Amino acid sequence: MRDKGIIYTVLIVFLGLITAPFSYNLIAGRTSKGPEIKLPVSEKNCVAPTEYMKESHMKLLVAWRDDLVRRNIRTFTAFDGKSYNIGLSSTCLANCHTSKADFCDRCHNYVGVQGPYCMDCHIDPKLTKGSRP
Amino acid sequence: MIISRKTFLRATGFSLLVAAGKKLGVVFADAAQNAAFAPSRALTAGRWAMLVDISKCLEKEDCTKCIQACDRSHNVPEFTEPAHQVKWIWKASFENVFPSQQHDYVMDRLKEKPVLALCNHCSEPPCVRVCPTQATWKRADGIVMMDWHRCIGCRYCMAACPYGSRSFNWLDPRPHIAKLNPDFPTRTKGVVEKCNFCEERLAKGQLPACVEACPQKAMVFGDLDDPNSQVRELLRSRYTIQRKPELGTKPEIFYIV
Repeated sequence: MRDKGIIYTVLIVFLGLITAPFSYNLIAGRTSKGPEIKLPVSEKNCVAPTEYMKESHMKLLVAWRDDLVRRNIRTFTAFDGKSYNIGLSSTCLANCHTSKADFCDRCHNYVGVQGPYCMDCHIDPKLTKGSRP
Repeated sequence: MIISRKTFLRATGFSLLVAAGKKLGVVFADAAQNAAFAPSRALTAGRWAMLVDISKCLEKEDCTKCIQACDRSHNVPEFTEPAHQVKWIWKASFENVFPSQQHDYVMDRLKEKPVLALCNHCSEPPCVRVCPTQATWKRADGIVMMDWHRCIGCRYCMAACPYGSRSFNWLDPRPHIAKLNPDFPTRTKGVVEKCNFCEERLAKGQLPACVEACPQKAMVFGDLDDPNSQVRELLRSRYTIQRKPELGTKPEIFYIV
Protein backbone atom coordinates (compact mmCIF):
# COMPACT_ATOMS: atom_id res chain seq x y z
CA MET A 1 0.00 0.00 0.00
CA ARG A 2 2.81 2.33 -0.75
CA ASP A 3 0.77 4.00 -3.53
CA LYS A 4 -1.98 5.10 -1.14
CA GLY A 5 -1.18 8.79 -1.64
CA ILE A 6 -1.21 8.63 -5.43
CA ILE A 7 -4.39 6.55 -5.53
CA TYR A 8 -6.31 8.92 -3.25
CA THR A 9 -5.05 12.01 -5.03
CA VAL A 10 -6.07 10.67 -8.43
CA LEU A 11 -9.41 9.54 -7.00
CA ILE A 12 -10.11 13.01 -5.61
CA VAL A 13 -9.12 14.65 -8.90
CA PHE A 14 -11.32 12.17 -10.77
CA LEU A 15 -14.30 12.83 -8.51
CA GLY A 16 -13.71 16.54 -8.82
CA LEU A 17 -13.69 16.29 -12.60
CA ILE A 18 -16.84 14.25 -12.99
CA THR A 19 -18.78 16.46 -10.61
CA ALA A 20 -17.39 19.60 -12.26
CA PRO A 21 -20.65 20.47 -14.08
CA PHE A 22 -22.56 20.47 -10.81
CA SER A 23 -20.02 22.47 -8.87
CA TYR A 24 -19.63 24.88 -11.79
CA ASN A 25 -23.38 25.58 -11.78
CA LEU A 26 -23.37 25.93 -8.00
CA ILE A 27 -20.58 28.50 -8.13
CA ALA A 28 -22.19 30.34 -11.06
CA GLY A 29 -25.45 30.38 -9.09
CA ARG A 30 -27.42 28.61 -11.80
CA THR A 31 -30.40 26.48 -10.93
CA SER A 32 -32.81 24.35 -12.89
CA LYS A 33 -35.58 26.77 -11.97
CA GLY A 34 -37.32 28.41 -14.92
CA PRO A 35 -37.28 32.14 -15.58
CA GLU A 36 -39.38 34.37 -13.38
CA ILE A 37 -41.51 36.40 -15.70
CA LYS A 38 -43.63 39.32 -14.62
CA LEU A 39 -47.25 38.72 -15.50
CA PRO A 40 -49.55 41.65 -16.18
CA VAL A 41 -51.61 42.79 -13.24
CA SER A 42 -54.35 44.59 -15.14
CA GLU A 43 -55.63 41.60 -17.12
CA LYS A 44 -56.22 38.01 -16.07
CA ASN A 45 -56.71 36.47 -19.49
CA CYS A 46 -54.47 36.64 -22.52
CA VAL A 47 -55.89 36.45 -26.05
CA ALA A 48 -55.50 32.66 -25.87
CA PRO A 49 -55.11 30.16 -23.02
CA THR A 50 -51.78 30.37 -21.22
CA GLU A 51 -50.64 26.93 -22.35
CA TYR A 52 -51.24 27.85 -25.99
CA MET A 53 -49.47 31.17 -25.60
CA LYS A 54 -46.46 29.53 -24.00
CA GLU A 55 -46.06 27.08 -26.85
CA SER A 56 -47.37 28.94 -29.84
CA HIS A 57 -47.32 32.72 -29.30
CA MET A 58 -45.05 32.98 -32.33
CA LYS A 59 -47.64 31.28 -34.52
CA LEU A 60 -50.32 33.62 -33.24
CA LEU A 61 -48.15 36.65 -33.94
CA VAL A 62 -47.46 35.45 -37.48
CA ALA A 63 -51.18 34.93 -38.04
CA TRP A 64 -51.82 38.44 -36.70
CA ARG A 65 -49.17 39.85 -39.02
CA ASP A 66 -50.68 38.17 -42.08
CA ASP A 67 -54.19 39.24 -41.09
CA LEU A 68 -53.29 42.88 -40.57
CA VAL A 69 -50.76 43.48 -43.32
CA ARG A 70 -52.01 41.25 -46.09
CA ARG A 71 -55.73 40.89 -45.42
CA ASN A 72 -56.48 44.22 -43.73
CA ILE A 73 -58.17 42.41 -40.83
CA ARG A 74 -57.56 44.50 -37.75
CA THR A 75 -59.48 42.84 -34.95
CA PHE A 76 -58.99 39.48 -33.32
CA THR A 77 -61.70 37.57 -31.48
CA ALA A 78 -60.17 35.70 -28.57
CA PHE A 79 -61.12 32.23 -27.37
CA ASP A 80 -63.42 33.73 -24.75
CA GLY A 81 -65.27 35.87 -27.27
CA LYS A 82 -63.56 39.14 -26.42
CA SER A 83 -62.27 41.33 -29.24
CA TYR A 84 -58.86 42.93 -29.46
CA ASN A 85 -57.14 45.29 -31.85
CA ILE A 86 -54.34 43.43 -33.57
CA GLY A 87 -50.96 44.91 -32.71
CA LEU A 88 -47.78 43.76 -31.03
CA SER A 89 -46.74 47.20 -29.79
CA SER A 90 -50.15 48.80 -29.51
CA THR A 91 -52.01 45.91 -27.85
CA CYS A 92 -49.66 43.35 -26.28
CA LEU A 93 -46.92 45.67 -25.11
CA ALA A 94 -48.91 48.85 -24.53
CA ASN A 95 -51.84 47.33 -22.62
CA CYS A 96 -50.59 44.27 -20.77
CA HIS A 97 -46.96 43.28 -21.01
CA THR A 98 -45.71 46.75 -20.22
CA SER A 99 -42.19 45.61 -19.57
CA LYS A 100 -40.69 43.71 -22.47
CA ALA A 101 -37.52 43.16 -20.43
CA ASP A 102 -39.41 41.46 -17.60
CA PHE A 103 -41.67 39.37 -19.81
CA CYS A 104 -40.41 38.57 -23.32
CA ASP A 105 -36.70 38.92 -22.68
CA ARG A 106 -36.51 36.89 -19.48
CA CYS A 107 -37.89 33.77 -21.11
CA HIS A 108 -36.10 34.28 -24.43
CA ASN A 109 -32.81 34.74 -22.62
CA TYR A 110 -33.41 31.70 -20.47
CA VAL A 111 -34.04 29.38 -23.42
CA GLY A 112 -31.35 31.08 -25.47
CA VAL A 113 -33.61 32.29 -28.28
CA GLN A 114 -31.49 34.98 -29.89
CA GLY A 115 -34.08 36.12 -32.42
CA PRO A 116 -36.71 36.86 -33.40
CA TYR A 117 -36.14 40.32 -34.71
CA CYS A 118 -39.66 41.65 -34.07
CA MET A 119 -38.31 44.48 -32.00
CA ASP A 120 -35.86 45.63 -34.67
CA CYS A 121 -38.87 47.33 -36.23
CA HIS A 122 -41.77 47.16 -33.79
CA ILE A 123 -41.32 49.63 -31.01
CA ASP A 124 -41.33 48.88 -27.32
CA PRO A 125 -43.58 51.73 -26.10
CA LYS A 126 -41.16 52.28 -23.21
CA LEU A 127 -38.38 53.00 -25.66
CA THR A 128 -40.08 56.14 -26.90
CA LYS A 129 -39.66 57.82 -23.55
CA GLY A 130 -35.90 57.70 -23.88
CA SER A 131 -35.77 58.76 -27.52
CA ARG A 132 -34.50 62.11 -28.65
CA PRO A 133 -37.19 64.81 -28.49
CA MET B 1 -84.02 18.19 12.45
CA ILE B 2 -86.77 17.34 10.08
CA ILE B 3 -87.07 19.47 6.96
CA SER B 4 -90.57 19.82 5.70
CA ARG B 5 -91.29 19.53 2.03
CA LYS B 6 -92.17 23.23 1.89
CA THR B 7 -88.87 24.34 3.46
CA PHE B 8 -86.92 22.07 1.13
CA LEU B 9 -88.61 23.50 -1.97
CA ARG B 10 -88.08 27.04 -0.71
CA ALA B 11 -84.38 26.43 -0.05
CA THR B 12 -83.91 24.83 -3.49
CA GLY B 13 -85.65 27.68 -5.23
CA PHE B 14 -83.61 30.26 -3.34
CA SER B 15 -80.25 28.62 -4.07
CA LEU B 16 -81.19 28.34 -7.75
CA LEU B 17 -81.92 32.05 -7.81
CA VAL B 18 -78.57 32.85 -6.19
CA ALA B 19 -76.71 30.69 -8.72
CA ALA B 20 -78.55 32.29 -11.63
CA GLY B 21 -77.79 35.76 -10.28
CA LYS B 22 -74.10 34.96 -10.09
CA LYS B 23 -74.02 33.69 -13.68
CA LEU B 24 -75.85 36.78 -14.87
CA GLY B 25 -73.32 39.00 -13.13
CA VAL B 26 -70.47 37.33 -15.01
CA VAL B 27 -72.28 37.72 -18.33
CA PHE B 28 -72.89 41.41 -17.69
CA ALA B 29 -69.27 41.98 -16.64
CA ASP B 30 -68.04 40.33 -19.87
CA ALA B 31 -70.47 42.34 -21.93
CA ALA B 32 -69.32 45.56 -20.28
CA GLN B 33 -65.71 44.68 -21.00
CA ASN B 34 -66.48 43.94 -24.63
CA ALA B 35 -68.44 47.16 -24.97
CA ALA B 36 -65.28 49.02 -23.93
CA PHE B 37 -63.66 47.66 -27.10
CA ALA B 38 -64.84 49.79 -29.98
CA PRO B 39 -63.55 48.79 -33.39
CA SER B 40 -62.83 52.03 -35.17
CA ARG B 41 -64.83 52.77 -38.28
CA ALA B 42 -62.53 52.47 -41.22
CA LEU B 43 -62.66 54.67 -44.30
CA THR B 44 -63.19 52.46 -47.33
CA ALA B 45 -63.22 53.07 -51.06
CA GLY B 46 -63.33 51.29 -54.37
CA ARG B 47 -60.17 53.06 -55.48
CA TRP B 48 -58.33 55.65 -53.42
CA ALA B 49 -56.89 58.64 -55.24
CA MET B 50 -55.35 62.01 -54.44
CA LEU B 51 -55.44 65.37 -56.11
CA VAL B 52 -52.69 67.94 -55.54
CA ASP B 53 -53.40 71.58 -56.34
CA ILE B 54 -49.97 72.93 -57.31
CA SER B 55 -51.00 76.61 -57.23
CA LYS B 56 -52.46 76.33 -53.74
CA CYS B 57 -49.33 74.51 -52.59
CA LEU B 58 -47.08 77.17 -54.13
CA GLU B 59 -48.83 79.93 -52.18
CA LYS B 60 -46.71 78.69 -49.28
CA GLU B 61 -43.64 77.64 -51.17
CA ASP B 62 -41.43 76.90 -48.16
CA CYS B 63 -44.06 75.00 -46.20
CA THR B 64 -43.10 71.42 -45.33
CA LYS B 65 -45.92 70.61 -42.94
CA CYS B 66 -47.17 67.63 -44.95
CA ILE B 67 -43.69 66.16 -45.15
CA GLN B 68 -43.13 66.60 -41.43
CA ALA B 69 -46.50 65.10 -40.55
CA CYS B 70 -45.81 62.07 -42.73
CA ASP B 71 -42.28 61.55 -41.42
CA ARG B 72 -43.41 61.77 -37.83
CA SER B 73 -46.38 59.49 -38.26
CA HIS B 74 -44.41 56.80 -40.12
CA ASN B 75 -41.03 56.99 -38.38
CA VAL B 76 -39.29 58.06 -41.58
CA PRO B 77 -35.58 58.53 -40.83
CA GLU B 78 -33.62 61.65 -41.73
CA PHE B 79 -30.26 61.27 -43.45
CA THR B 80 -28.16 64.18 -44.57
CA GLU B 81 -26.24 62.08 -47.09
CA PRO B 82 -28.43 62.23 -50.24
CA ALA B 83 -27.64 58.64 -51.22
CA HIS B 84 -29.07 57.38 -47.93
CA GLN B 85 -32.22 59.51 -47.90
CA VAL B 86 -35.59 57.89 -47.31
CA LYS B 87 -38.55 59.69 -48.87
CA TRP B 88 -42.28 59.07 -48.60
CA ILE B 89 -43.49 62.50 -49.69
CA TRP B 90 -41.08 65.14 -50.87
CA LYS B 91 -40.70 68.23 -53.03
CA ALA B 92 -38.89 68.31 -56.35
CA SER B 93 -38.72 70.89 -59.13
CA PHE B 94 -41.61 71.06 -61.60
CA GLU B 95 -39.27 70.01 -64.40
CA ASN B 96 -38.19 66.89 -62.50
CA VAL B 97 -41.68 65.89 -61.42
CA PHE B 98 -43.13 66.39 -64.91
CA PRO B 99 -40.29 65.72 -67.38
CA SER B 100 -42.77 65.22 -70.19
CA GLN B 101 -44.23 68.72 -69.62
CA GLN B 102 -40.81 70.29 -69.71
CA HIS B 103 -39.65 72.66 -72.47
CA ASP B 104 -37.48 75.75 -72.63
CA TYR B 105 -40.32 78.16 -71.92
CA VAL B 106 -42.12 76.81 -68.85
CA MET B 107 -44.28 79.55 -67.38
CA ASP B 108 -42.64 81.67 -64.64
CA ARG B 109 -45.22 80.56 -62.09
CA LEU B 110 -43.95 76.98 -62.32
CA LYS B 111 -40.36 77.30 -63.50
CA GLU B 112 -38.12 75.36 -61.10
CA LYS B 113 -40.80 75.58 -58.43
CA PRO B 114 -41.15 72.81 -55.84
CA VAL B 115 -43.93 70.31 -56.51
CA LEU B 116 -45.06 67.56 -54.16
CA ALA B 117 -44.21 64.01 -55.16
CA LEU B 118 -45.19 60.73 -53.55
CA CYS B 119 -45.99 57.16 -54.50
CA ASN B 120 -48.54 57.26 -57.33
CA HIS B 121 -50.29 54.06 -56.24
CA CYS B 122 -50.49 53.21 -59.93
CA SER B 123 -53.32 51.16 -61.33
CA GLU B 124 -50.70 49.21 -63.26
CA PRO B 125 -47.81 49.29 -60.80
CA PRO B 126 -44.50 48.16 -62.32
CA CYS B 127 -43.02 47.65 -58.86
CA VAL B 128 -45.60 44.96 -58.11
CA ARG B 129 -44.84 43.13 -61.35
CA VAL B 130 -41.13 42.80 -60.58
CA CYS B 131 -41.21 41.97 -56.87
CA PRO B 132 -39.92 38.40 -56.60
CA THR B 133 -41.39 37.76 -53.14
CA GLN B 134 -44.78 39.48 -53.45
CA ALA B 135 -43.69 41.80 -50.68
CA THR B 136 -45.50 44.56 -52.55
CA TRP B 137 -48.93 44.17 -54.08
CA LYS B 138 -52.00 46.13 -55.05
CA ARG B 139 -54.87 46.07 -52.63
CA ALA B 140 -58.47 45.90 -53.82
CA ASP B 141 -58.91 49.56 -52.85
CA GLY B 142 -56.00 50.63 -55.05
CA ILE B 143 -53.32 51.09 -52.41
CA VAL B 144 -49.95 49.71 -53.45
CA MET B 145 -49.08 48.07 -50.18
CA MET B 146 -45.82 46.74 -48.81
CA ASP B 147 -45.14 43.85 -46.44
CA TRP B 148 -41.80 44.77 -44.91
CA HIS B 149 -41.63 41.36 -43.25
CA ARG B 150 -41.32 39.82 -46.67
CA CYS B 151 -39.03 42.33 -48.40
CA ILE B 152 -35.63 40.82 -49.14
CA GLY B 153 -34.10 44.14 -50.22
CA CYS B 154 -33.37 43.16 -53.83
CA ARG B 155 -34.40 46.67 -55.01
CA TYR B 156 -36.02 45.43 -58.24
CA CYS B 157 -39.02 47.60 -57.35
CA MET B 158 -36.79 50.66 -57.07
CA ALA B 159 -35.44 49.99 -60.54
CA ALA B 160 -38.96 49.45 -61.88
CA CYS B 161 -40.59 52.54 -60.33
CA PRO B 162 -40.42 55.38 -62.87
CA TYR B 163 -41.13 57.99 -60.18
CA GLY B 164 -38.34 57.30 -57.67
CA SER B 165 -40.98 56.74 -55.04
CA ARG B 166 -39.15 53.96 -53.29
CA SER B 167 -36.23 54.28 -50.90
CA PHE B 168 -33.79 51.72 -49.61
CA ASN B 169 -32.54 51.58 -46.04
CA TRP B 170 -28.79 51.48 -46.48
CA LEU B 171 -28.29 51.99 -42.75
CA ASP B 172 -30.22 51.19 -39.61
CA PRO B 173 -32.89 53.91 -39.58
CA ARG B 174 -33.59 53.87 -35.83
CA PRO B 175 -30.82 56.26 -34.73
CA HIS B 176 -31.92 58.72 -37.42
CA ILE B 177 -35.52 59.09 -36.27
CA ALA B 178 -35.96 62.20 -34.17
CA LYS B 179 -39.07 61.08 -32.30
CA LEU B 180 -40.34 57.52 -32.46
CA ASN B 181 -44.05 56.96 -32.98
CA PRO B 182 -44.76 53.71 -31.07
CA ASP B 183 -47.93 53.03 -33.08
CA PHE B 184 -46.03 52.47 -36.30
CA PRO B 185 -43.04 50.22 -36.83
CA THR B 186 -39.70 51.46 -38.06
CA ARG B 187 -37.92 49.58 -40.81
CA THR B 188 -34.55 47.84 -40.71
CA LYS B 189 -31.43 48.03 -42.76
CA GLY B 190 -31.91 46.25 -46.09
CA VAL B 191 -35.61 46.96 -46.58
CA VAL B 192 -37.31 49.11 -49.21
CA GLU B 193 -40.04 51.50 -48.13
CA LYS B 194 -42.47 54.02 -49.57
CA CYS B 195 -45.73 55.88 -49.00
CA ASN B 196 -48.58 53.58 -47.95
CA PHE B 197 -51.39 56.14 -48.49
CA CYS B 198 -51.73 56.07 -44.69
CA GLU B 199 -53.60 52.78 -44.80
CA GLU B 200 -53.15 52.47 -41.02
CA ARG B 201 -54.90 55.82 -40.56
CA LEU B 202 -57.67 54.98 -43.02
CA ALA B 203 -58.36 51.85 -40.97
CA LYS B 204 -58.95 54.13 -37.97
CA GLY B 205 -61.21 56.41 -39.96
CA GLN B 206 -58.65 59.19 -40.37
CA LEU B 207 -57.50 60.95 -43.54
CA PRO B 208 -53.84 60.65 -44.60
CA ALA B 209 -51.47 62.62 -42.40
CA CYS B 210 -50.28 64.91 -45.25
CA VAL B 211 -53.83 65.79 -46.29
CA GLU B 212 -54.75 66.60 -42.72
CA ALA B 213 -51.60 68.66 -42.08
CA CYS B 214 -51.79 70.88 -45.20
CA PRO B 215 -52.70 74.43 -44.13
CA GLN B 216 -53.64 75.30 -47.74
CA LYS B 217 -55.93 72.31 -48.20
CA ALA B 218 -53.96 71.72 -51.38
CA MET B 219 -54.46 67.97 -51.23
CA VAL B 220 -57.78 66.24 -51.73
CA PHE B 221 -58.17 62.56 -50.96
CA GLY B 222 -61.10 60.44 -52.03
CA ASP B 223 -62.70 57.57 -53.88
CA LEU B 224 -62.30 57.46 -57.67
CA ASP B 225 -65.11 54.93 -57.96
CA ASP B 226 -67.61 57.24 -56.30
CA PRO B 227 -68.88 59.71 -58.94
CA ASN B 228 -69.98 62.12 -56.21
CA SER B 229 -66.65 62.24 -54.37
CA GLN B 230 -64.76 65.53 -54.15
CA VAL B 231 -61.92 64.01 -56.17
CA ARG B 232 -64.23 63.12 -59.05
CA GLU B 233 -65.94 66.51 -58.82
CA LEU B 234 -62.58 68.28 -59.21
CA LEU B 235 -61.47 65.93 -61.98
CA ARG B 236 -64.67 66.86 -63.87
CA SER B 237 -64.29 70.61 -63.40
CA ARG B 238 -60.53 71.22 -63.50
CA TYR B 239 -57.79 70.38 -65.98
CA THR B 240 -55.51 67.81 -64.35
CA ILE B 241 -52.22 66.19 -65.27
CA GLN B 242 -50.40 63.08 -64.13
CA ARG B 243 -46.75 62.15 -63.85
CA LYS B 244 -45.40 60.39 -66.95
CA PRO B 245 -48.81 59.15 -68.15
CA GLU B 246 -47.19 57.93 -71.38
CA LEU B 247 -45.72 54.99 -69.47
CA GLY B 248 -49.14 53.47 -68.96
CA THR B 249 -48.80 53.02 -65.22
CA LYS B 250 -52.08 54.93 -64.67
CA PRO B 251 -51.14 56.93 -61.56
CA GLU B 252 -53.82 57.66 -59.00
CA ILE B 253 -52.26 60.97 -58.02
CA PHE B 254 -53.56 63.87 -60.11
CA TYR B 255 -52.23 67.41 -60.26
CA ILE B 256 -54.11 70.64 -60.86
CA VAL B 257 -51.62 73.04 -62.45
